[in-house]
Amino acid sequence: MMSEIPEGLFYTHEHEYLKSTGEDGVYQVGVTDYAQGELGDVVYVELPDSGSTFDRMEAFGTIEAVKAVSDLYCPAEGKVLDVNQALADDPELVNSDPYGAGWMIKLKVLDSAHLKDLMDAAGYATLVGGK
Amino acid sequence: MEDTLRKTPLHGEHVGLGGKMVPFAGYEMPVQYPTGITAEHQAVREAAGLFDVSHMGEFVARGPDALGLIQRVVVNDAAALEVGQAQYSAMCRTDGGIIDDLLVYRFADRWMLVVNASNRDRDWEWITRHVKELDVQLEDRSDETVLIALQGPRSRRILALITDLDVEAIAYYRFAEGRVAGKDAVIAGTGYTGEDGFELYLKADDAVAVWRALLAAGRASGLVPAGLGARDSLRLEMGYMLFGNDLDEDHTPLEAGLGWITKLEKGEFNGRTALSAQKVHGVKRRLVGIKLKERGFPRPGYEVLEDGQPVGVVTSGTVSPSLGIGIALAWVPARLAGPRTELAISLRGKPVRAEVVRPPFYTTGSIRR
Repeated sequence: MMSEIPEGLFYTHEHEYLKSTGEDGVYQVGVTDYAQGELGDVVYVELPDSGSTFDRMEAFGTIEAVKAVSDLYCPAEGKVLDVNQALADDPELVNSDPYGAGWMIKLKVLDSAHLKDLMDAAGYATLVGGK
Repeated sequence: MEDTLRKTPLHGEHVGLGGKMVPFAGYEMPVQYPTGITAEHQAVREAAGLFDVSHMGEFVARGPDALGLIQRVVVNDAAALEVGQAQYSAMCRTDGGIIDDLLVYRFADRWMLVVNASNRDRDWEWITRHVKELDVQLEDRSDETVLIALQGPRSRRILALITDLDVEAIAYYRFAEGRVAGKDAVIAGTGYTGEDGFELYLKADDAVAVWRALLAAGRASGLVPAGLGARDSLRLEMGYMLFGNDLDEDHTPLEAGLGWITKLEKGEFNGRTALSAQKVHGVKRRLVGIKLKERGFPRPGYEVLEDGQPVGVVTSGTVSPSLGIGIALAWVPARLAGPRTELAISLRGKPVRAEVVRPPFYTTGSIRR
């Protein structure tokens, strides 16, 4: 099955995405459609408090699916402005709408140079294409 | 490894239904279909699910000494079976360690042993070693046999649509021979989910026709194909053990809470001396059910803690889709095996409060005992 990989987003090798909120330097972070498909039904999402800061590739939370538990990695150094409280009651939003209602944190990216190291949709498609 | 994986005769059906295929016990099997494990689990609890469990092994024994051979290798009393009845049992080493758990079916002219796929070769070697001078014809029918499980409260009405047998007459752990969708089948009132349902033994060549006929007959009743993921969470909600996770050669049936199938008085059998001694002296460790009292997902290998100290290990665990809490089976010292004993499970280094409970965790299934 082909997974959805929207244009205009940044992607990591660990299957997180960054999607611009429209506000300068602020991105919505979640996991990709491919990742949710691989994980299967998500049972819990553990998220940080608003105001926390994370280094690039530091774990900011965990995602518990039926098959496995995975760390969530911060794609770029930044500060958490908001977390998706809806996931506490409806973790399956990660499965049903990974790029929309299943978002995890809103991140103020402190070093935009980090974004250059991330993949675009075409690059990410190549990464997961063979799988 | 992957190029040596075996495929069941239903492999093409699973792929066609969008099943996610994974390696399991040497076979490529569907872990889930596109709707997902939770939806499949709920369908089995509320309507019905269809499972391909053809990876299981089937051995057939005939001849004057067939019962004698079976009595020698299993711990339960197969002589107590009537024709048309099945029994849960186990095979043990001389020291009482479990080689496998299995089902024993008594037919008018033969016996059938249904063993775990992962143990098929080892079980065969073990059983044939005990034939010796006995007059038994033993046959491994695993590759010619397909096993389809139809499980859920609506199973009976679905099966009734495509069989001439009286499905109401098939009681729990009883079976009959008849035709399903026009094909010869052994229809057994057994299962691994805690719901009413059947396991159908079929010829490999008939598998696709019967699988399709069942899905078509069940469509209006909410029947869905279900994979290994749902099978695992369903069995765990019932506290049913899985060999390789919860049972192994390092533990005995008495330690696993399987004293009810261990008939020490039935006569000589493998492991009897060791198990009798263990019964007298008491077991030092027990396999118990554990329910989390806080949010968390227990997984195999996680430590069980008493006052912060590791005392045991989780062998199976999940967040129960029916109950919404973490449930597990775990090995603990016998002194901690009593219901409501307060323990903790270390979830990736974080202790989460838990207590011992007596399975089943899920008590409102449609199973007709």
